Order: sequence, then C-alpha cells, then structure tokens
Amino acid sequence: MNHRVIARLDIKGPNLVKGIHLEGLRVMGKPEEFASYYNEAGADELLYMDVVASLYDRNSLKDIITRTAKEIFIPLTVGGGLRSIEDITEVLRYGADKVSLNTAAIKNPEIIRQASEAFGSSTIVIAIEAIKQNDGKYLCYTDNGREYTGIDAFEWAEKAQDLGAGELIVTSVDKEGTGEGFDIELTRKISDAVRIPVIAHGGPGKLEHFEEIIREGNADAVTVASMIHYDYVSKNKSQGEFKGEGNVTFINSGKEFGKINKAEIMDIKKYLSEKGIDCRYINE
Amino acid sequence: MHKQNIVIIDYGIGNTHSISNALSYLGYKKLKISDSEEHIKKADALILPGVGAYEEAVNNLRKRNLEGILNEEVLINKKPILGICVGMQMLAEGSEENGWHEGLKWMKGKVKKLELPEQYAVPQVGWNNITINNTEPMFSKVDNDSNFYFDHSYYFDCEEKVLAAWCNYGIKVTAAVQHENIFGVQFHPEKSQTNGLKFFRGFFNSIK
Repeated sequence: MNHRVIARLDIKGPNLVKGIHLEGLRVMGKPEEFASYYNEAGADELLYMDVVASLYDRNSLKDIITRTAKEIFIPLTVGGGLRSIEDITEVLRYGADKVSLNTAAIKNPEIIRQASEAFGSSTIVIAIEAIKQNDGKYLCYTDNGREYTGIDAFEWAEKAQDLGAGELIVTSVDKEGTGEGFDIELTRKISDAVRIPVIAHGGPGKLEHFEEIIREGNADAVTVASMIHYDYVSKNKSQGEFKGEGNVTFINSGKEFGKINKAEIMDIKKYLSEKGIDCRYINE
Repeated sequence: MHKQNIVIIDYGIGNTHSISNALSYLGYKKLKISDSEEHIKKADALILPGVGAYEEAVNNLRKRNLEGILNEEVLINKKPILGICVGMQMLAEGSEENGWHEGLKWMKGKVKKLELPEQYAVPQVGWNNITINNTEPMFSKVDNDSNFYFDHSYYFDCEEKVLAAWCNYGIKVTAAVQHENIFGVQFHPEKSQTNGLKFFRGFFNSIK
C-alpha cells in the first residue's frame, strides 16, 4: 500500500493562507492555482481547510470547491466550520468527497454517527487538534487550537472511531507551521489506539520528517503545506492582487521562511521511496 | 465520438456529481443523472454509483423501484452497467455489513468485512496498484500495475472467473469484476486522476 502525501490548503475567504501554530496567517495566493499544480505534481489528495470558518462569507469556499471538483480528479476533503448534517450535505454537493469535522464533533459526538450513517464512514474524517500539556497529556482543542476542551486526545480518537469516523487527521498545534517536525509521540499513540487510517499534520520542515512520522509515528498518510507552498511561491508569481483577509506583506516581500525547506511533492515521494516507503507515482 | 447515452443512476446514494464531472471532462455530453425508467431504458450504458452503507444503498434502490427496471435492462436486454464501490458490491448476492442484506444477485459471492493482518488499517483508504486479469474492455487503456484510489471496509468475495482485477492489501482484494455485460470496480475511477480517466475512456469506447 502506498503512503499518501496530502496537500493541505488553508483557506481564508478567497485566499490560500499559512500560519504558525494555526495563527498569524500569511496570504500565499489563490487556492485553485496551488491545487491544480499539486494535482499535477503528484499530490494523492487535497485537503481544504476554511480556517476562519463561519466568520466570513462562505461563497468563496463554495466557488473554490466547485471549480476544483470540475478539473481535479483526486479526492478532495473539505473542513472548517461545518456544524450540521446540512452543512456537510452542502459541501459534498459542491464537489467535496470527504468532510473533516472537529468543533462540531466535540460539541456533539453523535454527529459522527449520524454523518457516517448518512454519507458512509469513508466520507467522514475527524480532525483532532491536540496540544501537549505540562503533565505530558495531550488534550483536544477546537477553533484552530484556541478553545480548550479538556478532552483527552487518545480517548477521543477511539471514541471517534467507534462512532463511525473513517479517518483521523491528527494535528499537533505545538508543531504546526514550525518546521521542527511532526509530533511523533502524539501520532504514534493515536495510531496505536485505533484501526482506522491516521493522517499526520503539522510541523514538517525537511524531508527526514516524513520518514520519521511514517516509521516511528506509524502514520498512514501525511499532510504537507508550508514546504510545498513556499516552493510553489518561489517558482511562480501568482496572478492577481491579494486583498482583505490575511497578511499580504509576506507574499509581496518574496522572503523565505528559515526553518522550512522548500520541496516539491515528488521530492518527498522520491525521498520516501529511497527509504523503502512506498508512494504512488503518476504513470503516464 | 462520445455519442453514447450514459445514465448515472440516481437513487439518493453516492457521489453522482463526481462521476459526472469526470465524464464531462472527457467530453461525454449525453450524460444524465437520473432515476427515470425512460432515461434508463434509452441509455446505451448505465453507471451504478454508491458510497456509504450497503443496507441503505439497496433499500434506496428498491424504494425507487429501480431493481425491477435494472433486472430487465441488464439481465434481459444485456445493457452494459458499471457498478462503482458500493454500486459494485450490490452486484453480489448480498453483504454481511451490519447483518445480512440481499444485493442484486447478478453475480455469485458475498460482500465481506476486510479481515486483515494487524498492520493494515481498515478501511483501506488510498492508492493501491492493481493486477489486471482481464484487459478487455475495462482496462483496455490502463497498464497493469496502475494505481487507483480505494476507500472501503468491505470487499466482494467473488468467484475467480469474474475477477477482472485485484489488489494486494494483506489479502487479495477484489478490484474489478466482469461477467458478460455486467462490470464493477471497487475503486473510484472518478477520483483516480489520469488512470481513472483512462479507465472511463477505455470502458466507454468499448460500448457501441
């Protein structure tokens, strides 16, 4: 089985953004341009996260999903601000293949059961945003790591599986956007606690980090954002102007971000393959 | 070219729009998402999609009175039909998913839970390479060992003679079946990028 490399695109209004610890969002460009490039560059899936969900208008997200689904034929997961079965129905109708839930599931775990019965477990991905506490415990947070819930991440992972989740996306808020590497302990313990696939998110800054999280963290799949976004931005001038929603200073400055090495998706896959970890190649 | 009337059967289950997006992209213009008897009868080929629970899928199909229409079109009039994912599993005698539920019974064999060695996650989610037994017509444009996107916890334990392709996921997992005019794939061609598009093109090219 091939390990999946999933391109994660955090979306704010009409723009692709990237933060650190899920905060301090910088505008990177237009999501569809990046998505289209990552599709051709070998991404196994796309993950769109609406990071300011429900605070701004949702029409941008709808347009982005619709356009993506017409031209890109790899799985598309959409998350952020989905509160109800109706919200899920809506994004699936726009063209998403799977949805990712966090806050709604923490507030009302039964929504996992309802959604997986209505749409199939394969459609329901539960996002766990965890922060390591001083006593070594990992607790779940919501709203991009801002809201404390007091819920143990490992117990929650098992519960989400039992309620019908098809996959888990496990985010280390501590590591996210830092380039220091994934949280191996967090991912490993969740992976040991469940049978469903675990997708690791947050922290990679160099190629070695992907091998670590698959071998030591036992991740079935990895997401990557900063490394490929910085690579793309360095090679392409995105079209159009960026306005509103998010800090545009970074993209206009052309600077690089020190701790994070730039990489193409195929750089990651080649590296993993050399280390004996199978990845999907696009055969022409 | 691409003059076939294709109907994606709409029974309230499944990602009909994803399939229609992929076929539209390939230039199949005479495409309908429909549960109307008239459309199904006029079609040159049918697609039976399916995502989610088996019980709900077969119940919905029956609620819309589609089983009888499909039996007539497929078994008597020999119209080509392609089942995708749960749509493929419905071709079987039935499924053991959450109790026993009868399928369309067009092919022998049952749908069973993936019972796998410890290290394999269930469901199988992701891209797996397939070994092709029968190239024509489904895989006429697809190379052996090509990868396709799978997402499932149950699989069709079918007879060897209808096994058109399989993948290795700890056990030999049915990837595609075919018998006369009846075809099915466990993977999602509509989500399998270039290989998926090649699959659709090869399959529909074979239909006159």
